[in-house]
Amino acid sequence: MLKYAIKRILLMIPTLLAVAVLVFLVLRVVPGDIVELKLTAEGGEVSLEQIEAEKTRLGLNDPLHIQFIKYMSGLPKGDLGISLWTEEPVSEEISARIGLSFELALLSTFLAVIIAFPLGTLSALFRGTFVDYIIRIITIGGIAVPSFWLGMLLIMLVLSFGKLPPLGTVSLFVDPLTNFNQMIWPAISVGYRYTSVVSRMLRSSILEVLSEDYIRTARAKGLYEKVVIVKHGMRNALLPTITVIGLEFAFLLGGLVVTESVFNLNGIGKLFVDSVVRNDLNLLQGLVLTVATSFVVINLIIDLFYAALDPRIRYQS
Amino acid sequence: MNEIPLKIQKRRTILDFIIQQPLGFIGLIMIIIMFAAAIFAPHVAPFNPEDVDFEASPALGGGQPSWEHLLGADAFGRDILSRLIYGARTALSIGFLSAMLGCTIGAIIGTTSAFYGGKVDLIIQRFIDLMLSFPIVVLAIVVIAIFPKTVVVGIDINVIIAIAIPFTPKVARVIRAQALTIVTLPYIDAAKASGYSASRIIFRHILPNVSAPFLIMLTAFIGQAILLEASLSYLGLGVVEPTPSWGLMLSGVNSDYYRTAAWMIIYPGLAVSIAVFSFNLLGDSLRDWLDPKLKL
Repeated sequence: MLKYAIKRILLMIPTLLAVAVLVFLVLRVVPGDIVELKLTAEGGEVSLEQIEAEKTRLGLNDPLHIQFIKYMSGLPKGDLGISLWTEEPVSEEISARIGLSFELALLSTFLAVIIAFPLGTLSALFRGTFVDYIIRIITIGGIAVPSFWLGMLLIMLVLSFGKLPPLGTVSLFVDPLTNFNQMIWPAISVGYRYTSVVSRMLRSSILEVLSEDYIRTARAKGLYEKVVIVKHGMRNALLPTITVIGLEFAFLLGGLVVTESVFNLNGIGKLFVDSVVRNDLNLLQGLVLTVATSFVVINLIIDLFYAALDPRIRYQS
Repeated sequence: MNEIPLKIQKRRTILDFIIQQPLGFIGLIMIIIMFAAAIFAPHVAPFNPEDVDFEASPALGGGQPSWEHLLGADAFGRDILSRLIYGARTALSIGFLSAMLGCTIGAIIGTTSAFYGGKVDLIIQRFIDLMLSFPIVVLAIVVIAIFPKTVVVGIDINVIIAIAIPFTPKVARVIRAQALTIVTLPYIDAAKASGYSASRIIFRHILPNVSAPFLIMLTAFIGQAILLEASLSYLGLGVVEPTPSWGLMLSGVNSDYYRTAAWMIIYPGLAVSIAVFSFNLLGDSLRDWLDPKLKL
C-alpha cells in the first residue's frame, strides 16, 4: 500500500507541472488590456505613454520567456505574482478567501454523501416500485435544475419564513450556529446535483452487483439477506460510486463559482468571476491553478482510498 | 445441401422507439415544441420581448401574472412569457451549435487517437487527462476571458466556443474507447491495404461507425450547454442585453423582487430546467435504445 501511495504521489508532479505550463500558455499568449481598463476606470484621459509605463512597472512588457521563468520559479515558493488590479500578492488574495469555499465544498460533499447513500440504496432495493420512481424523479431533477436558480428559490423560501442570516460571513470558530445558518443554503444548492449524480451511480452499480454470481452463491449458502446486501453487495458497489464522487468534485468547484455569486459569499468562486470581469490575468491564473491542483489532489486521495478498499488495484499497477 | 437459415433483422423504426422508450418520446415532443416556439417566436409570443412598459413594472407595484401578461412582467415591464419564448432561440441555438462543435471536434480527436495508436494516442490521452482536471465552468470562463466578444448574425461565437471546448475532452475519451474496437476490424485492414489515406479511413470508415455514441452524447450535451449558457449569462459573462436569454433574465433580479415579484425568478429557471430535463430524458432513452452499455 505504501509503495502504491508513493508511486501515485510522484506521478502527480508531472501532471501539476503540465497544468502550470498549460495555464501560462493559455493566459499569457493572449493580450490583455488590463492596464488601459484600470487607468480609464480611475477616470480622465490616459496617454499611450502612461499605459506603457504602467505595463513595464507590472512586468507585462518583459519577453514571454522571462515572464515564464519568473512564473515557474515562483510556483514552488507559492508565489503566484501580484494581482494586477489590487496589487496585493495573488496568494494572499486567494488564501484569504479559500477557507470559505473549502468549508462550502466540504459541507455540500458531506450532505451529498449522507443523503445519496440511503437514496441510492433504497432506489436499487425497491426497484420498480413507487419508492424507486419518487427517488428517480428527485435525482433526475438534480441534473436539470441550475444550481444558481435553486439558490434563488432557497433565498425566497428563507425570506418567506423569516429573516435571512446576516450578511458577511461569520467564522465557523466564532459562531458555529450563525455560520451554519449562512452556509447550509448555498451548500444545498450546489449539493443537489452532487447528491443526484452519486445516488444514480450507486443505484445502477448496486443493481449490477446484485445480479452477479457471487451474490447468488451468498444467498444459496443461506446468508442473511442483510449480510448479502451489505457485505457482498454494497462493498463492491461502492467502488464506482467513489470514483464518481471524485469526478463530480470538479463540477462542485465549478458550481461554487456561480453559487457564491448568488449568495454573495466572498469565496474564491466570486473572486474568479471578479478576476475575469476586471481582466486580472495574474489573479485568474492563480485561481485556475488552485482549482486544478485541488482537483488533482482530491482525485489522488480518492485513488488511495480506492486502493485501500480494493486490493486488486494495488497489485495491478 | 443444407439451407442456411436466414435471419432478417428488422430495421428499427421511430415507432419502435415510441413504444419502447415512452419517456424519451415525451422528451422528444417537448424538444420539438421548444424548437417550434423558438422558430415561430414572432407569431407565438404575445408581445415584442423588448417592449418596455413601465406601468407594468414590479418596481411600481405592477407586473403580476394576469390575462395580459400570463407569466407577469419584469422590472422594465417587459412580458416574461414573450422573453422566455425568444430566450428559447438563444438557448437552443447556442446549445445546439456548441454541443455540435464540441462533439464533432471531440469525435475527430478520439478517432484519430485510436487510429494512430502508440505515441500519438499516448500524447493525446495525457492532454485529455490534463483538460479534464479543469472544471467545465472554470474552463468555459477562462475561454470567455481570453476570447474577444464576437457576435455574428446575433449569435455569440465566443460563448459557443467557450461552451464547446470543455465538452471536447469528454467526448474524445468516450469516442476513442468505441473507435479502439473498430480499428481492429478487418475492413479497416482492407481499407489500409487499398492504400486509402489516414484521413479517408478516419472520416469515411471509422467516424460513421461511432455515430450512436455521438448522437447520445450530442443530445446529453445540448442539455448541459443550455445549463452552462444560462450560468454564464447569469454571471454576466455570456450573452448580453438586449438579447433575451433565460440566464440573463435571472441575473437582472434586484434583491427586493425576491419578496415582491417571485414570478421574475420562478419562470426563467423553470424554462432552463424543463429544457435540460427534456434533453436528458431523450439522451438517456437514446442510450438505452442504441447502446445500453455506453458509460458517459
